Amino acid sequence: MPKELWKGNEAIAEASVRAGLEAYFGYPITPQTEILEYLSRRMPELGRAFVQAESELGAINMVYGAACTGVRVMSTSSSPGVSLMMEGLSYIAGTEVPAVLVNVMRGGPGLGNIAPAQSDYNQAVRGGGHGDYPRIVLAPASVQEAIDLTALSFDLAEKYRMITMIILDGSTGQMMEPAEMPTMMEIKRKDFEWATTGAMNRERRVLSSIYLNPLDEEKTNLRLLKCWQDVQASEVRYKEYFLDDAKYVVVGFGTAGRVALSAVREARAQGIKVGLLRPITVSPFPYEALDQLTGQAEAFLVTEMNMGQMLDDVLLTVRGRVPVEFYGRPGGVVPFHNEILDEIKRIASGPLTVKSNPRDSWLTRMAA
Amino acid sequence: MTTPNNLVYDRPEAFTEMPTHYCPGCTHGVAHRLVAEVLEEMGMIDKTIGVAPVGCAVFAYNYFDTDFVEAPHGRAPAMATGIKRVLPDRVVFTYQGDGDLASIGMGEIVHAAARGENLTVIFINNANFGMTGGQMAPTTLPGMKTSSSQNGRDVETQGYPIKVSEMISTLDGVGYCVRRSLHDPKNIRLAKKAIRTAFETQVRGLGFSMVELLSTCPTNWGMTPVNSLKFVEEHMIPAYPLGDYKISDAIKQIKV
Ligand SMILES: Cc1ncc(C[n+]2csc(CCOP(=O)(O)OP(=O)(O)O)c2C)c(N)n1
Ligand code: SF4
Repeated sequence: MPKELWKGNEAIAEASVRAGLEAYFGYPITPQTEILEYLSRRMPELGRAFVQAESELGAINMVYGAACTGVRVMSTSSSPGVSLMMEGLSYIAGTEVPAVLVNVMRGGPGLGNIAPAQSDYNQAVRGGGHGDYPRIVLAPASVQEAIDLTALSFDLAEKYRMITMIILDGSTGQMMEPAEMPTMMEIKRKDFEWATTGAMNRERRVLSSIYLNPLDEEKTNLRLLKCWQDVQASEVRYKEYFLDDAKYVVVGFGTAGRVALSAVREARAQGIKVGLLRPITVSPFPYEALDQLTGQAEAFLVTEMNMGQMLDDVLLTVRGRVPVEFYGRPGGVVPFHNEILDEIKRIASGPLTVKSNPRDSWLTRMAA
Repeated sequence: MTTPNNLVYDRPEAFTEMPTHYCPGCTHGVAHRLVAEVLEEMGMIDKTIGVAPVGCAVFAYNYFDTDFVEAPHGRAPAMATGIKRVLPDRVVFTYQGDGDLASIGMGEIVHAAARGENLTVIFINNANFGMTGGQMAPTTLPGMKTSSSQNGRDVETQGYPIKVSEMISTLDGVGYCVRRSLHDPKNIRLAKKAIRTAFETQVRGLGFSMVELLSTCPTNWGMTPVNSLKFVEEHMIPAYPLGDYKISDAIKQIKV
């Protein structure tokens, strides 16, 4: 297929349709609304279900209901809306049904603003809803990657019977880039052995997340963990740039990773041996790849559009073996590549020490 | 086992073997039985998907011999919407208490009704939150004592009861909306007829259908089962008049 010019949000919408999306439920919120608008036209035209719900609570519970029948179902939202969906997400996790949720993140907390941010990393990868459950989280950095990861997200959700979340920010959602769209997948309803579709000549089925006996709930929690270990073993994804001989390693996901790549390229042109690790699955996080780099790197630079949320995952892996520095722009500010370039130069000119928390020195520099 | 020829009462096939957990004298059990009988009579056990609430009926899925899913508190109409939109030829119903439907889930029920979702809602109004120990519900009567309105519901500070059927029936998406009571055999028969009509409404694609059932909660009302039934008759019915709040013309033609 030839490349076409696609806007990020609409690309996600069309990619989900082509991946066999049978039902979409959503609620308007900037900067993701184009997904809802696009699907309000596209889904009915294909005879598939579309509802603009009364709220994000309504939307995610419609997703939950449809997910119980085993069809491919999705909702999309942005930060404040995703907070409202956390209740439903926890129930979906507890019931072990597959669903896809896209969060086109914006600046927060509270109503915040509608500018691109990576403010919801912790909410996405650490659970967000109540209870003890893991979740797959994918982080695209371009329109093409958003398309590819949308298709993948449905496969992963079904394979592991869990929510797969895609987190991106307003800039990837709003920008236009040439991208290749996959061909239309034919919808084949799978006869999952757990789906509640009306008993029709089989034993009836019940889907619920109540386990009044703590031992049963414990068993369920342990089963979720076991399943998560399979995900960790098979589904870690990341991209490496210039890492072969890198003395300094930048770590960034999504747009922050993409901006960092420009900075890394420029630093390379100036003779600095720096590379980039860009996690694609921020959950499961590429701990192992990072751990290996710890043997080779003299320092890490974590760059995010927040106050250092993924930073904690990096610190967990590096465990004080080499210095880790942090550069973040929270609140909806997108860093320019020369800001990150300056950070790379600062780190390359050393000397650096292992600090208790790189966030402290970053805050001091930000305030100056 | 041979069936005695004088048998007048048996366990509906739409019920599982599981004994219910409801308190003695609680009319949740009666409401369950009516729904089960209707599903069986209509031959729909196999194609029905129930949505259980959070509240005393949280375990409804143990009793109906149909596929069932369990909703978050109040969200059953949204879940049911999701199911019905992808499986339009199945029968989908929610079973919800007044805390579930009229308090936390008010948004979900109003919008499902307004959208005219082709589902059936069985709404149990027992004027309190049974499961959590009898707190005040949006449906608690003025002056009624509950564990969170211990001096009797004071409308000055705790607001007025919400008349759900009256409110829902104003919405254009609603095909059928009636209030019945479970306090005596005659009314139980009328309730069953209404439940049947509600499901017929759904099967014929005539829009949202809801049956509100005035019910007892002897345990939290602190009354004997018999006095609870009297309370429904003497206090609940005057506050929540029984009747047909909305029956669209197409549904009036249905003979059940
Ligand atoms: C989000 C949430 N809030 C509160 C509760 C606690 N809770 C469980 S049942 C219930 C009230 C149910 O009352 P009602 O719907 O009237 O049903 P009944 O028990 O009277 O049949 C509440 C508040 C909950 N489970 N979830
Ligand atoms: S607490 Fe009340 S509503 Fe719940 S089962 Fe007992 S009597 Fe019925």
